[in-house]
Amino acid sequence: MTSFGAALLAAVLLTDFRLLGGSRLVALIRIAGAQGALLGVLAALAQGPAADLATGLAVGTIALKGLLLPQLLQRAIRRVEIRREVEPIVGYSASLALGVLALAGAGWVAGDLPLPRSDAPALLVPASLFTGYTGLFLVVARRKAITQALGYLVFENGIYGFGLAIAHEEPLLVQLGVLLDLLVAVFVMGIIVFHIQRDFDHIDVDRLDALGEAPGAEVGRP
Amino acid sequence: MIAALVWGPALAGGAAFATRSRRAREVLLVGTALGHAAGVGAAALAPAARAWRGWLGLDALGLLFLAITSALFLAASLYTVGYLRREPASRHSDLEEGFAFSNEPEAVFVGCLLLFLASMTLVTLARHLGLLWVAVEATTLSTAPLIYFHRQHRSLEATWKYLLVCSVGIGLALLGNLFLAVASMQPAGGGAESMLLDEMLKHAAGLRREWLEASFLLVLVGYGTKMGLAPMHTWLPDAHSESPSLVSALLSGALLNCAFLGILRSVELLGAAGDLGFTSGPLRALGLLSMGVAALFILRQPDYKRMLAYSSVEHMGVLALGVGLGGAAVPGALLHALNHSLAKAMLFLLAGNLLARFATKRSAEVRGALRATPITAALWLAGFFAIAGSPPFGLFVSEFAILRGALASGASAAAALYLTLLGVIFVAMAAGVLPMALGPAPAGLRPKPEPWSAWLPPALLGGAVLVLGVWVPAPLARLLERAAALLGAAG
Repeated sequence: MTSFGAALLAAVLLTDFRLLGGSRLVALIRIAGAQGALLGVLAALAQGPAADLATGLAVGTIALKGLLLPQLLQRAIRRVEIRREVEPIVGYSASLALGVLALAGAGWVAGDLPLPRSDAPALLVPASLFTGYTGLFLVVARRKAITQALGYLVFENGIYGFGLAIAHEEPLLVQLGVLLDLLVAVFVMGIIVFHIQRDFDHIDVDRLDALGEAPGAEVGRP
Repeated sequence: MIAALVWGPALAGGAAFATRSRRAREVLLVGTALGHAAGVGAAALAPAARAWRGWLGLDALGLLFLAITSALFLAASLYTVGYLRREPASRHSDLEEGFAFSNEPEAVFVGCLLLFLASMTLVTLARHLGLLWVAVEATTLSTAPLIYFHRQHRSLEATWKYLLVCSVGIGLALLGNLFLAVASMQPAGGGAESMLLDEMLKHAAGLRREWLEASFLLVLVGYGTKMGLAPMHTWLPDAHSESPSLVSALLSGALLNCAFLGILRSVELLGAAGDLGFTSGPLRALGLLSMGVAALFILRQPDYKRMLAYSSVEHMGVLALGVGLGGAAVPGALLHALNHSLAKAMLFLLAGNLLARFATKRSAEVRGALRATPITAALWLAGFFAIAGSPPFGLFVSEFAILRGALASGASAAAALYLTLLGVIFVAMAAGVLPMALGPAPAGLRPKPEPWSAWLPPALLGGAVLVLGVWVPAPLARLLERAAALLGAAG
């Protein structure tokens, strides 16, 4: 378990860096899907009394996070005909540099909050925290609605990874509920991306700026 | 029995999607709302009910928020009938910018309204923290199409912001739940390791302190985003100003409370673990910050629907502050939740009437409403005095109770700040609201009859706030005491 698990987690970290440094949407979605599938395989490795359930959960995770959700997003970008994220709010090299710092931070936090008892690989908690960070970063630092939706998906991957560390403490039903919610959320986001494209001929969220207070008043935006 | 309160509206919602006749949808909507209210009444009389193997249950806190939700939904459903009949069926021009757009199909709108009711009911009934989380997320998803009813760019922008900000917020709350699961881990294995609230409360003393406290902070930020506490409130003014007014009424009056309940469950748990003191600081800080931010944005706010939205941020701050103060302020805060919901829903419904009559959301362009729409304008004025906390309305009683609680617990600085901000907001809102009602009506605005469906629901809500200002019925007072006791406040 340990060496194989560690290799999987190293692969998860690599996908995070690819997500931070990439601009081609088709590739980004594929990488996020691969990351979901990696998490699914990790779920299958969970041992203990919940081993049977773990297999079911793994299959569900791979099907949903690895195949179905990426498919939904790919369909959305095919329909709106866009290829890449141009002019991100934070540039790609800066994104990668910040990512290295964040990874160090994740390792530090994980060392500071040790799990009381877990048979999960040591890298799992820092890798999940870093994945969660990557997702949030994409939501904040990219302009296209579709990249933000992708960021949300990656953010959820991170939380899901943390959940794996304590998989046997949490009922399967909850995990299923979480997956189901995620499915609907991405589905609804896909529909809205489509509407944004149709109504505006672009999906840059920062050009959606009719709302808000008078100049300089409210700076908050997702 | 209580499970029917969830799946009843859910089934009705599914049916509404497939119903093609408007008449049938109206019957379905109002019928479900009436049935739900009756069911809540029956559940209130029954002793602590449980369903779904203990995953669903009704305690005093849940009952309070469930009753608010049900009452508001009933009022909003009556309003909806008239609202949808007045909405043009084909493409029509935007009131503010004049371009043409069409509405979402009504079947989707009514179906989502009913699913929204089902998911909010599930929030109030959930006795399992994972289920609670799923239910809160379900409220987000079922409301997104409601905000986007008018398919135009402003509501689309608001919907996107709402969906993304709240989804990320709720994701943080999920992380908080996972932290809680870690807190309940036992090194040797065995013992209570489920997320059932009742079991966790029983074994709360054994929870790991540092994970429990980290979990509370994540839940506070996560559900606080959805509740509209500053500085996570950024989605709220947009969603409230762009959605149809009856949806704004439900968002402000019912949905924000449901998110608050998510935070209260966490407070309950920390209280049972003997760590109630930890919750007090963050709740007070976010509460006062929300009131401050709201005051800032209500001052010279040109748009009356956004003004009401910021007023919701203010009152959510009052609720958080009240619970953070503890002691006698807690029942006051819970009463305030009820009062605020009734008054705010009333005002949003009336704002819908004003918007339909004057075709603008700018306060400065609405003049002489007392002449143009006498019933709506009279209620609007009454609603303003109610929401601003002047006697004889219920919000005066509950805001005063929170003040007394603050003074009793020696938090005089917080009390002073609280009073100052309430005063500033009163003046700021008066400056926006009063001129709208007074003066001559704009030329060319011919008098139009006001249909009962537009003024009766807000009038009933306003009547309830008035009654609560002079008399809190004994069963309600007992309910509030029991709910406050769950939060560790002994009356």
